[in-house]
Amino acid sequence: MNTLLHVDDLRVSFPTRTGVVEAVRGVSFSLGQERLGIVGESGSGKSQTGRAIMGLTPQQAEIRAKRLEFSGIDLLKASPAERRALRGNRVAMILQDPKYSLDPVMTIGRQILETLRTHEKIGKSEARERALDMLAAVQIRDPKRVYDLYPHEVSGGMGQRAMIAMMLIAGPELLIADEPTSALDVTVQLDILRILDRLVIDRGMGLIFISHDLRLVSTFCDRVIVMYAGKIVEELKASELSRAKHPYTQGLLNCMPKIGTSRHPLPVLDRQPEWLL
Amino acid sequence: MTPALSIDRLRVVYDDFIALKDVSLTVDKGESFGLVGESGSGKSTLLRAVAGLAPVTSGTIDVGAKRLGKTRDKEFYRQVQMVFQDPYGSLHPRQTVDRLLLEPLDIHGFADTEKRIQRALDEVGLGSGFRFRYSHQLSGGQRQRVAIARALILEPSVLLLDEPTSALDASVQAEVLNLLEQVRRDRNLTFVMVSHDLGVITHMCERLMVMQTGAEVERLEASDLASRNVTKDYTRNLLVASEGFVREP
Repeated sequence: MNTLLHVDDLRVSFPTRTGVVEAVRGVSFSLGQERLGIVGESGSGKSQTGRAIMGLTPQQAEIRAKRLEFSGIDLLKASPAERRALRGNRVAMILQDPKYSLDPVMTIGRQILETLRTHEKIGKSEARERALDMLAAVQIRDPKRVYDLYPHEVSGGMGQRAMIAMMLIAGPELLIADEPTSALDVTVQLDILRILDRLVIDRGMGLIFISHDLRLVSTFCDRVIVMYAGKIVEELKASELSRAKHPYTQGLLNCMPKIGTSRHPLPVLDRQPEWLL
Repeated sequence: MTPALSIDRLRVVYDDFIALKDVSLTVDKGESFGLVGESGSGKSTLLRAVAGLAPVTSGTIDVGAKRLGKTRDKEFYRQVQMVFQDPYGSLHPRQTVDRLLLEPLDIHGFADTEKRIQRALDEVGLGSGFRFRYSHQLSGGQRQRVAIARALILEPSVLLLDEPTSALDASVQAEVLNLLEQVRRDRNLTFVMVSHDLGVITHMCERLMVMQTGAEVERLEASDLASRNVTKDYTRNLLVASEGFVREP
């Protein structure tokens, strides 16, 4: 398996009035053509890790790493123009809520075209054909109709499919999905995952799936990284999640109410200060 | 015994769209009743109609022995309180916690506000250190605790919970669910709880109703879900979906 992405000792810190806040504190992993899950609570640094790879970290933040490399390109040394050429083309990102991350005053079709025509020299009618095909590929039943709709005219699940279509139209090699299904209903959630799954298999894409939902990640991904306070506390095969060793991972798994077990009160996470080290 | 809440053939219509189609239900005193379904199933509309936030087109709502009219009186708003989903959107951004908790007390003419605010904060496990903070200085879980304190401070008998933990991390969700169970036991409260998470509903509620497109699909005991004793395909699909992703071979 060839490795797409190398991350070695990634650190992201934000200067604030009260001192420097380290959001990511030394994260290392590599990714091939596989599904990697990053799990953690809010504030664990999982999203900032994804954003640093994508090059979407806010300007005031400082990124350091021993190595941050995507298919032979040193992302830390790349110029803004080089990164722009990568972004949306070879590396793409799906965000959580289509209500906020699609442009409200642009039809879905035009937004997809925008991505495509930024990265490829392509004629209008051919681009339109490609966009319609892509909408069909994410299982939108009536692509022609949806193409001319505005984001507020479609449901959450449909909006998320449109966003996936937009992200995939340029054929990225790496897809970072930051909570792509958290705003959706459970059954729609599974539809979206099935689409992502097929794309990973068919196109040989690398996928980083960022989520707070351990259950979902463990059933969907190949490997899972568990983050706490900016660090990786544990890395395991998704199928072996139930055998997690770190008390934080065990605690997270344990505190979810499950159908068929009666535990009153629910066990809560007993956070240990040494987890922060 | 008069039920705490009884709803008969409640219908909510927005223009041409029927959001809720003749749903009936009764909840006994001290009981916890769950509403499950996907977005657009009408579960939140039902809660909002009871709280007076959605227009009732036809049907009746009784709280205790009292039938609700077009306008709700002050006593109703003391008896029935609601906790909303989004802890970031449901607290006034320019008011301190103290001010937030004082307002309902003021409206309903409670005396000894000082003591009540302190007690309410203690009860939800926040302590007086949080009293003069603004909501942006609190985490999601802390905000939801403030929202619960705000609802409880009027000593209501019915609490309407609209996805109270779905915006929270799993570990924080466990804490808030435990808190809700605790206050229900201590005060013999009646809960009507909406959630899309079957695990949360079976944990919190004795009985539940599965809803789809504004209508009832079926009514179950929490134990029915555990033993997979469901009759409708829709519920079965929800159950399967709640177990996570299954890769087709």
